[in-house]
Amino acid sequence: MTRTRLASLSLWLALLGLSGLVVARARYSADLSAFLPRSPSATQQLLVQQLRDGLASRLILIGIEGADGATRAQVSHALAVNLRARPEFVSLSNGEAASQERDREFIFQHRYELSAAVTPERFSVDGLRAAIADNLEFMASPAGLLAKSLFVSDPTGETLQVMDEFQGAAQPRRDHGVWSSGDGARALLIAQTRAVGSDTDAQAQALALIRAAFAASLRELDTATAATPGATGPLHLLLSGPALFSVEARATIEHEALRLSLLSTTLIVTLLLLVYRSLPTLLFGLLPVASGALVGVAAVALGFGVVHGITLGFGVTLIGESVDYSIYLFVQSRLGRAAARGDAAVRSLWRTIGLGVLTSVCGFASLLPSSFPGLAQLGLYSISGLIAAAAVTRFVLPQLLPVGLRVADLTPLGAAAARLIARVRLPAAASAAAGLALLCALVLLHGRERLWNRDLSALSPVSPAAQALDANMRADLGAPDIGTLVVVNADSEQAALQLSEAVGGRLDALIGAGVIAGYDSTARFLPSQATQSARLASLPAEAPLGARLSAAAAGLALRPEALQPFLQQAAAARLAAPLNRADLDGTSFALAADALLWHRDGTWHALLPLRAAAGADNIDLVRVRAALATLAPGQVLVMNINQELDALYASYLTEAVHLSLAGLGAIVLLLLIALRSPARAARVIAPLLLAVLAVGAGFALAGTRLTILHLIGMLLIVAVGSNYALFFDRRAADSDRAALPLTLASLLIANACTVIGFGVLAFARVPVLSALGATVAPGTLLALLFAALLAPRSVLAPA
Amino acid sequence: MKPPLWALGLLLAAATTGGAAQATEGGPGAGLDSLLTLMAQRRHGEADFSETKYLSMLKQPLESSGLLIYDAPDHLEQRTSTPRPQSVVLDHGIVTLQIGQRRRVLRLADYPQLAPLIDSIRAILAGDRAALERAFELDFSGTLAHWQLRLQPRDAQLAATLKRIDMQGEGDAVREVQVQQSDGDRSVMRITPRE
Repeated sequence: MTRTRLASLSLWLALLGLSGLVVARARYSADLSAFLPRSPSATQQLLVQQLRDGLASRLILIGIEGADGATRAQVSHALAVNLRARPEFVSLSNGEAASQERDREFIFQHRYELSAAVTPERFSVDGLRAAIADNLEFMASPAGLLAKSLFVSDPTGETLQVMDEFQGAAQPRRDHGVWSSGDGARALLIAQTRAVGSDTDAQAQALALIRAAFAASLRELDTATAATPGATGPLHLLLSGPALFSVEARATIEHEALRLSLLSTTLIVTLLLLVYRSLPTLLFGLLPVASGALVGVAAVALGFGVVHGITLGFGVTLIGESVDYSIYLFVQSRLGRAAARGDAAVRSLWRTIGLGVLTSVCGFASLLPSSFPGLAQLGLYSISGLIAAAAVTRFVLPQLLPVGLRVADLTPLGAAAARLIARVRLPAAASAAAGLALLCALVLLHGRERLWNRDLSALSPVSPAAQALDANMRADLGAPDIGTLVVVNADSEQAALQLSEAVGGRLDALIGAGVIAGYDSTARFLPSQATQSARLASLPAEAPLGARLSAAAAGLALRPEALQPFLQQAAAARLAAPLNRADLDGTSFALAADALLWHRDGTWHALLPLRAAAGADNIDLVRVRAALATLAPGQVLVMNINQELDALYASYLTEAVHLSLAGLGAIVLLLLIALRSPARAARVIAPLLLAVLAVGAGFALAGTRLTILHLIGMLLIVAVGSNYALFFDRRAADSDRAALPLTLASLLIANACTVIGFGVLAFARVPVLSALGATVAPGTLLALLFAALLAPRSVLAPA
Repeated sequence: MKPPLWALGLLLAAATTGGAAQATEGGPGAGLDSLLTLMAQRRHGEADFSETKYLSMLKQPLESSGLLIYDAPDHLEQRTSTPRPQSVVLDHGIVTLQIGQRRRVLRLADYPQLAPLIDSIRAILAGDRAALERAFELDFSGTLAHWQLRLQPRDAQLAATLKRIDMQGEGDAVREVQVQQSDGDRSVMRITPRE
């Protein structure tokens, strides 16, 4: 073993060892932060927080269909009882009266702290008379019995006042005592998981528990109705919500990735076995790929601290390019050992491959400055992976190949291809290419308005049917959606509540003006201490209150002595400590408080979700912002989460397009410098651009709008295709005609592998995978075809 | 088995001689059945009402009057015109109260203990025997031409508020509803159908 050989092998092994160590210890993340800017604004930070662990991310919507309403209600009840006992769930609501009564009891107990109507004037003689007269009228109504039980304790009607305030939200319909859909065909429940939405494993477990509880309640039902089997008809469980989506998306992606990569690996391995006719050669050929992937992940882990799942997923496409290097090496030099000897032809081969690697690096380097970690990581992964794969092919592989390793001679295949290409005359090919370029440019120009899909949902793996079911159940339940919010930031809980109260005052005016239908606020069920104290201070002591009550009753037909409970309770409330967060425990307000008020890193955040006015799809954000503009500047934000997300996505799509164009510029510059001839550089770039144009025009014609994944696919076309084009340029430069058939054959095999790998991806059901596959497979095929057809005929003619 | 001809004759005779025979000869519950069947045939009705409420916390009874409107089977409206206008609409289990400018919406399902009381008049007008029997023991007396129906709560929680409801009527017309509450408060509503 020579010293250089020893040196390169030990360097390689050390690199692999180090990379393995880094990869094993790296942190991996599968949340949305890959899609979020590296230095997010306050709004964006809140956005990701809400998406990852906000209330909406923790809600699972449950529907029960089939049989009759009574049976569904029975199952709904059984499900609720079963799941409420599980620590995995914070709450389970199905509209049953029991939880409502707890809430009503809470409101009754704390009516003087909660009612906005409690002012000193209300407890003056005139105020008491007016409030009591109002309630007497209610009592005289047929529904008065509801009020009567309250009247002796609460003649001014504070309990009803608070309930009226809380009633703003649309309540789901009830059927047989439990929530049901608007058409009454489906019983509905809402489960809130303890785990945050981004904890996909915990969410998967929660979903499994719900399914198990449903199955158990069906068995109970079967036992109960054993006398009349089948009388109730089959029942179905429907689940929806972010948790279900993320669990299913993960399962689909895992399943698809496994199935498709098995398929493409089998196909590629079969092809390479046919070509190499040697298993060891095949295995040696995969060494650079594996090394590249390992080094790539390690580089990302070192560079970013955390590796995004999306980087791993799409970075695997690196195989498409790195497997080519060993193919070129094996096929063109018949065996790599020649490379170690360093003869002229082999050195020329390596110059070409090296330039190809540099071209790809230029392309992917354009992603590095992206403000979105997902793209920047993809860039770093590809650059380091490709360099590592090429270096391993160049310096390590030839050292490892055993003597006597042979690959089949592919000269006949290459010669046949050369004869085919030579039949097309260059001027004809060139004019056809120019015509095609023009045509594609026209198609793209015509459809430029609709070329890019700037909607984030384009990347969503959730099927439209599942999205429709979710929207349906959400509408029936009035479940919180991530819509328009007012966000209040403050230094303390009390400051956040006080500011929420101030915002609430402005929002009430907007309700009056018809701009919004309503809003939710923690300050409704947990007013600030200052507000509560002011309300309690409005209550007179027992003796003066009794005197005022007698005076007020004089004008009414009321016997004041019947209201003794009122005097006692008001006096007790006056001295009571104000309500705090812990007092909400056991009511449904605790759940709401957790969702709408929290603190992180010393800042308290309060959310006030807004409801659009009836008949309006959207809330006029401009008017809401204007109404809140003068309140504590910088502490109150108004945002629509979906709009923010789409804007964010659109901005990084635009950025990625610009960066890719810059990358293209860098590639042109590199080729001009390396080839020292504008004509040669143009000949290398023309087939690549033509391939990208043709693929883009194809999508435009098919009505497919391009996403960020299509763009990355186009970068890959240029990266992979540049190798092809450079080989044809090398033929032009060195005129070593004997090697021509082998060059062509290696390009054909390399391209076949790429087309198989990405072609299989094109059939994936996950939009991100299929977009990438559908772009790269035809794109690289076209790049090879165009490069061959546009090559000077002098180099195509075999010796 | 084919019924003998004399049995058919007896049945015809009973039908023509009126409800008295049914109530006595049809056995317990038959009179109630006939009443509820008759009620269920009615699709729409309007009637004037006047109501007096005797509440212990008030020095004098509350008087009110107005119009009742019924549409089978789930809509009942009470429009009070005196002493002050207010309206209460019970529609598919949702009670909407309008008192002056204030509007209040309640769901009967949210008040399971009181819902049967509020729903009782609608249930009798609709001939909804299932709804009535879920909440009350029913005691029918008199004839179809002049009947009395007493409703007593089955549920202890309802009984804590409500002692009983006594209704009187003629054919498919309810003429009087008396509600006796457990604390001694009571109300009497007299109803005059509009034709």
